[in-house]
Amino acid sequence: MPNQSPQALVAEEEQRLNGGPVINDFSIQVATVNGSGSQSSNTILMRSIFQMGIPVSGKNLFPSNIAGLPTWFTIRANKDGWIARRKEIDFLVAMNPETAREDVMNLDPNRVVVYEETLKLNQYRRDLSFFPVPFAKLATEITPDSRLRKLLANMIYVGVVGELLEIDPAETETALTKQFKGKAKAVALNKTALDIGRKYAKETFDRTLVPYKCQRMNATKGKIIIDGNAAAALGCMFAGVTVATWYPITPSSSLCETLADYMKDYRIEKDGKANFAIVQAEDELAAVGMAIGAGWAGARSMTSTAGPGISLMQEFIGLGYYAEIPTVIFDITRVGPSTGLPTRTQQSDILSLVYASHGDTKHIVLLPASVEECFQMGYDAFDLAERFQTPIFVMSDLDLGMNNWMSDPFNYPKKKFDRGKVLSAEDLKRLGSFRRYADVDGDGISYRTLPGTNHPAAAYFTRGSGHNENAVYSERPDDYKGNMDRLNKKYETARQHIPQPEIQYANGTNIGFLAFGTTHWAIIESLDQLQREYNTRVSYYRLRAVPFTKHLTEFFEKHDRVYLVEQNRDGQMAMLVKLELPVELVGKLRSIRHYSGIPIDARFVTDALVGAEKGEQN
Amino acid sequence: MSTTTHQPPAAPKHVNRLGFTMADYKGAESTLCAGCGHDAITAQIIKAFYEYGVEPQRVAKLSGIGCSSKTPAYFLSQSHGFNGVHGRMPSVATGVMLANKSLVSIGVSGDGDTASIGMGQFVHLLRRNVPMIYIIENNGVYGLTKGQFSATADLGSKAKSGVMNDLPAIDVCTIAIELGCNFVARSFAGDPKQMVALLKAALGHRGTALFDVISPCVTFNNHEGSTKSYKYAKDHEELLHEISFVPFFEQITVDYAEGETTDVGLHDGSHIRLRKTDKGYDPTNKGEALDTLRKCQESNEFLTGLIYINEMKPDFLTLLNMADQPLATLPQERVQPKEDDLREIMAELM
Repeated sequence: MPNQSPQALVAEEEQRLNGGPVINDFSIQVATVNGSGSQSSNTILMRSIFQMGIPVSGKNLFPSNIAGLPTWFTIRANKDGWIARRKEIDFLVAMNPETAREDVMNLDPNRVVVYEETLKLNQYRRDLSFFPVPFAKLATEITPDSRLRKLLANMIYVGVVGELLEIDPAETETALTKQFKGKAKAVALNKTALDIGRKYAKETFDRTLVPYKCQRMNATKGKIIIDGNAAAALGCMFAGVTVATWYPITPSSSLCETLADYMKDYRIEKDGKANFAIVQAEDELAAVGMAIGAGWAGARSMTSTAGPGISLMQEFIGLGYYAEIPTVIFDITRVGPSTGLPTRTQQSDILSLVYASHGDTKHIVLLPASVEECFQMGYDAFDLAERFQTPIFVMSDLDLGMNNWMSDPFNYPKKKFDRGKVLSAEDLKRLGSFRRYADVDGDGISYRTLPGTNHPAAAYFTRGSGHNENAVYSERPDDYKGNMDRLNKKYETARQHIPQPEIQYANGTNIGFLAFGTTHWAIIESLDQLQREYNTRVSYYRLRAVPFTKHLTEFFEKHDRVYLVEQNRDGQMAMLVKLELPVELVGKLRSIRHYSGIPIDARFVTDALVGAEKGEQN
Repeated sequence: MSTTTHQPPAAPKHVNRLGFTMADYKGAESTLCAGCGHDAITAQIIKAFYEYGVEPQRVAKLSGIGCSSKTPAYFLSQSHGFNGVHGRMPSVATGVMLANKSLVSIGVSGDGDTASIGMGQFVHLLRRNVPMIYIIENNGVYGLTKGQFSATADLGSKAKSGVMNDLPAIDVCTIAIELGCNFVARSFAGDPKQMVALLKAALGHRGTALFDVISPCVTFNNHEGSTKSYKYAKDHEELLHEISFVPFFEQITVDYAEGETTDVGLHDGSHIRLRKTDKGYDPTNKGEALDTLRKCQESNEFLTGLIYINEMKPDFLTLLNMADQPLATLPQERVQPKEDDLREIMAELM
């Protein structure tokens, strides 16, 4: 959290509005055509700013398409470290003829537009600063190859933007070399394009007309940039995952793909053999079936998917719950349904995860908000799965999973793996026998054995819920009910062991925010806005897992109104909270919902809260 | 004073090469209908595993849903068993074998479980060549839900209710060969000798061994007009060859005159001995296998024996180049990269 006095912040906002230089606080939007290779250019642009020590975040708003449809990449630089999406665009790079007019019309006055000269965008507005660049023509000077020209035009805008924003050219070059690591020819070619852009802007434009500037800071030293899916993959690798089975689906595919890349580097043994198996299954049903089979046989197993995959996995998830089989399931959530908006973000799978499958089921769901938590919870999920012998969900979202986030480096997990209650042949020799579904320790968690355990008493027969404590087939009402009550007790035990909430009580307030996952970033920025602009302090409770803990009731007791902010239409988490809260506290719950498919931003939260509070006063 | 009591000498205990008795391979009592073909198959599984000498504790028994899928409870009670979801046993089996490659997997499925709801997973299991024995207890009918046709019911077969099946049957053996399965056999629940030889051969094979057994449903599909009844099967069986099995731990003896038999070597050193019929069938010839299956289908015969075998193809676990020790039992120090590794990865992201 930034630590500035309200007066200083007000002065700074005035300077922004008065047209003075705005240092390290702006957002760039690059509008291109999907498949034009702009991803590399945008990464280089973002990294250049990051390497200058300026906090930065990048969000890719892309279509469900390989090539041809419009895509927008937003880079936000913010000296105070706010990395949520910012609604307002300060600096537009208009490269896509199809959307250029609308992109320009959407800007606030006095903003900056760099655009392909032939698009003649300056005809649409008089209140913007226009910087036309003949990108296509400049690219022609480098190569006659038309495909290459398109890519190079994208690198030319990196040069132009760099010059206008005063980005250190040396940093851009470093970022470029990193991006095309080991490909000398690509580095050289792109460097030429970069220089052409810089030179053109320098010779053609007066850069003092651009109010936004980059100035070296020291806020990113030692930080990393990574997307949530890669972070989660690292968590899995360091948790010793041995079996990963998956089926491609946006936005989760990159999780297992990145895992495969890292595993090839770090999990091949001296004899050249892999101490893991990664299998691309024929569908999500098979992916989760394999994960459950492997979990049953004792491997640390996982799968990764998105909402439509979760729908297909329902039957197996129920079996995993009843038959008590450990596995880890990542759900990188997106807008539904399968043929919906697969490349837009949302937190709308909550109910379908918590109550996944048929019959009496309820599940443990971990809720990472940051890439660091993707790593940590990706790691913890395996301990929890084996401890509680049940499928554990990790619910991330497209915004977290596929976008680049700045973060502190991840800490090496030093603790011993928790492999849960597994009896070995030696244990069985000592005990003589075991009862697979008996609650020996009073925590609802039974002991299991793995296939291949060399003892005649090790074997048991696994089936859904029709069994007694000895895993023998039974349809007796008391056996069924006893087992269901034990499963419930196990869930109660889990409350103490899952990631605990992060709670921030503000002094002298009677209102609080309640949120989870990526909504966090908009909330913390909104807390700052509310204090600066409205002198309003708000407490904040961040859920890090379902089921809830007793702290949630305490939080409601200490406030008059609690605003649950989430990214779905129906307030799915609010429904869960209502179910669990003591009934006399339910009336304190308020719901703020953002569900356009675009990541939630702080201004939305602030406006919603202020509006709602005004309503409360009337 | 001392007394001497004379005890009768203990009856010699029959044990297999590993010292296990037949009883060690038995399971709970069957709850299927009396006379069900599935129980005959269960009995041969017990016999084959006993005679071959498989450690019961190294076996994983897997199944989906249906009458057939209940049977793993009726054999090898000292082996772990997993009754999964309908048609999805192949994925569970794949996961089990990924986790522990030292296990011997036997999956029992039915014609509904395999050829209808489970077709997707079935074909992908074959395509991957996951090492396991996959038995289809094939009766052309859904028993547990009381007599609906399955996808292996023959065209023109009559249901107990009198309804005629007007769709063509899916031939699981043909599909298996097409998809690259390297051990495809078919038998009949009424032919225990052939079944046990083929089951032992399947144990010696490395890769998916598909074993389709016509197993009449005495309650819903054993009537006049059914093409999966005991009577129909007996009348229409087309025996490819007489088959016997010589395990790797026994000497090959010569029972037949030269030229009357063919031996096929298996992955584990065992041999299958095929006594030629007048057809001179070669089970290592893929084209001939498919051709023979097609001809039999056209003439409403059902072919039994070892239809196709190829011992040269790598199984899925070999392709994955996995560590020798089962993944499930690898210790933390082998599967968790070091602190320096994380530091290196982080530096790369800075």
